[in-house]
Amino acid sequence: MDLRFTDAELAFREQVQQFFRTAVPPDIHRKCVLGQRLSKPELQGWTRILFEKGWATPAWAPEWGGTGWSPVQQYIFKEELHMAPAPEPLSFNVNMIGPVLIAFGTDEQKRRFLPSIARLDYWFCQGFSEPGAGSDLASLRTSARLEGDHYVVNGQKLWTSTAHHADWCFLLVRTDPEAKKQQGITYLLMDMKSPGVTVRPIVTIDGHHETNEMFLENVRIPVANRVGEENKGWDYAKYLLGHERSGIARVGISKMRVRRAKELAARIDAGGRPLSEDRGFRERVALLEIELKALEITQMRLISAATVPGKPDPKSSILKMKGSELQQAAAQLLLETAGYEAMEFDRDFLRGAAEASGPNDWALTIAPNHYWARHVSIVGGSNEIQRNILAKTVLGL
Amino acid sequence: MDFELTSDQQMLQDGLQRLLGERYDFEHRKAQLFGTPGWSRDMWSRYAEMGLLGLPFAEADGGLGGGPADIMIVSEAFGRALTLEPYISTVLLAGGCLRLAGWPAQRAALVPRIADGSVLLAFAHVERQARYDLADVRTTAQSLHGGADWTLNGAKSFVLHGDTADKLVVSARVSGRERERSGLALFLVDSNTPGISRRVYVMQDGTRAADITFSNVQVSNDTLLGRAGHALPVIERVVDCTIAALCAEAVGAMTRAHELTVEYLKVRKQFGTTIGSFQALQHRAVDMLVMIEQARSLSMYATMMAAEDDSKARTCAVSAAKAYVGRVGKLVGEQAIQLHGGIGVTEECAVGHYYRRLTMIDVLFGDSGHHLGVVAAAQARAFDAQVTAVTAAELRRDFVNELVRAGDGL
Repeated sequence: MDLRFTDAELAFREQVQQFFRTAVPPDIHRKCVLGQRLSKPELQGWTRILFEKGWATPAWAPEWGGTGWSPVQQYIFKEELHMAPAPEPLSFNVNMIGPVLIAFGTDEQKRRFLPSIARLDYWFCQGFSEPGAGSDLASLRTSARLEGDHYVVNGQKLWTSTAHHADWCFLLVRTDPEAKKQQGITYLLMDMKSPGVTVRPIVTIDGHHETNEMFLENVRIPVANRVGEENKGWDYAKYLLGHERSGIARVGISKMRVRRAKELAARIDAGGRPLSEDRGFRERVALLEIELKALEITQMRLISAATVPGKPDPKSSILKMKGSELQQAAAQLLLETAGYEAMEFDRDFLRGAAEASGPNDWALTIAPNHYWARHVSIVGGSNEIQRNILAKTVLGL
Repeated sequence: MDFELTSDQQMLQDGLQRLLGERYDFEHRKAQLFGTPGWSRDMWSRYAEMGLLGLPFAEADGGLGGGPADIMIVSEAFGRALTLEPYISTVLLAGGCLRLAGWPAQRAALVPRIADGSVLLAFAHVERQARYDLADVRTTAQSLHGGADWTLNGAKSFVLHGDTADKLVVSARVSGRERERSGLALFLVDSNTPGISRRVYVMQDGTRAADITFSNVQVSNDTLLGRAGHALPVIERVVDCTIAALCAEAVGAMTRAHELTVEYLKVRKQFGTTIGSFQALQHRAVDMLVMIEQARSLSMYATMMAAEDDSKARTCAVSAAKAYVGRVGKLVGEQAIQLHGGIGVTEECAVGHYYRRLTMIDVLFGDSGHHLGVVAAAQARAFDAQVTAVTAAELRRDFVNELVRAGDGL
């Protein structure tokens, strides 16, 4: 047993750090430090930098642009990306549709889509949730009727984040209303420019427009854009659960937030001395850093354990639960650190469209990012769903 | 990174689990608990046969040359079985002092006898006023006859297994004021030396302890372990290694208490169904699992760092683990009782015994609040250096001047 990184892993970390130090465009790095959201062209520009380096899709199969890194290397890369901080590549593309197409797509689909997905020439969004299908995703009702060589799709999707930027959508639809609910679902790729697609913004509690609702009215999708077999879509969607385990806990984001809180606390005056000297503050920091250290090792233990591809260790639900809780706790720490300064709301600054009107640009995104962090324990299977999974699969309850 | 056990370690783990599984069931333990000396001499000789008692000592001294990972394996197994034998006091605490500070002749004389189980030791260090401050020692050692002999005077408390120990490792002050870091010495003395008196009692978890008084106890200079006046770093190191072992023991205890609880949820019926079908209880059982896995990670971290020579890094890591494990050990124990319902608060039910041991582990060598303070203070020191480093890294980038300006404007 040796919990230290090997010399090769340390050298790799050095190489990754060096890359992030020089490769992130200064204006984008500044936005990341200040917690601002990026525009579509900014994320595309950054993704292309990663693509040129060959690092846009580390976890993919090497013949489709993966790096062949070990799980530990992938973890290091993710952590350094978050710590740099640099923008996270679009998860829908890199972690979701890409791996699904590599596993289940036709050769034609792989050739057509994968390079554009990796370069973010095609921006994908996810059409899974519906008003009546949240945690109980398999109860989705959006229907697809086969007419010749097209499916005709009708229904409503919810939480289609970045749909307003998207060129494509990977969509779950019901093709067999008679079958048991998991068995009548089909996985389709939908061109967002298709007639009948309407996207309406949903503004979230951070004051930002990231997510949407999407209405589908007689949208015609070629059968050629079906992934895998009809009525097997649930299997393909489930394949992703726990697929991208090396980054699921997002320890790097939490570490970056704690580091930022410490930096700020050293400059913030609290009763005539820096907040960083306050015992209560230090202990809150210590508690968080201890839990992060634990999670980091738990994560390493899980990703180092022998795994069968496509059969994730159900214990990775622990990473999702604990990782989201700690992201929220770190966002809360930043909020407490900033005090009054975090209370000014500046929507245009948050979305990266304007400079701050006041003197406190360092504090303006702290509260919105704290509010936005509430979604991490809900998205992708809420923490209660993760507990159900663990109770059933690990504890046998 | 490598989380695998070596084949020797795997054999150790399997062998010990088999031994304890066969010979340390709850009823056997209870019989020991209420008897004298409160633990099993038969098990002690079996531990000796398995090589557990000589495990951490150098092979040259008659030990097995095991490292912290081996101790972790043993401690976790002991935690699962809630063993009562004086392993921590003999092998880890007093034995640790001998191992780290003893002269070759002292080690050669005693290690083989520890390893074969024929001598029991205890570590007489804690004093009532000291709470968790390892440097707070009032017991004195006065040099006599030009340094040929010493006289010990003072009172030690909560000496774990001090009732049965044949020999004591005693800390005493040879110079300096109370709580001063320098001026401590360690003596290895026979517990029947004239002037030593003991009040023996039972601790909350059923293990035995003693308050030991030293009145004009005369010992010769060859009882001195290491050099007089320089013992605190040794004590700190021994305690850090012991804390790492306690964390592993707590993980073993939590794991077993959780298993018992999940088993109970599957058989206990109320409202016409097993209570494990209730989501509220399932989620609690999962929360226990998450805490245990996190605790296991920090136990491994403390184990790895227990061998670290850099005392600041070692203590910070060990305190981090103890701060977390101490707290969640209590939480897991409390949930185990809660999920058992009424039977959980009875002496006949095992989970209560786990809870009492976990409570004891939290207190030993500093509870979670104490160790959180240690980590916070250590990080604050490290942080000054870190802020400078971070600022320097940022300054490599032009735009950061703006950030610095923004910061200055606070």
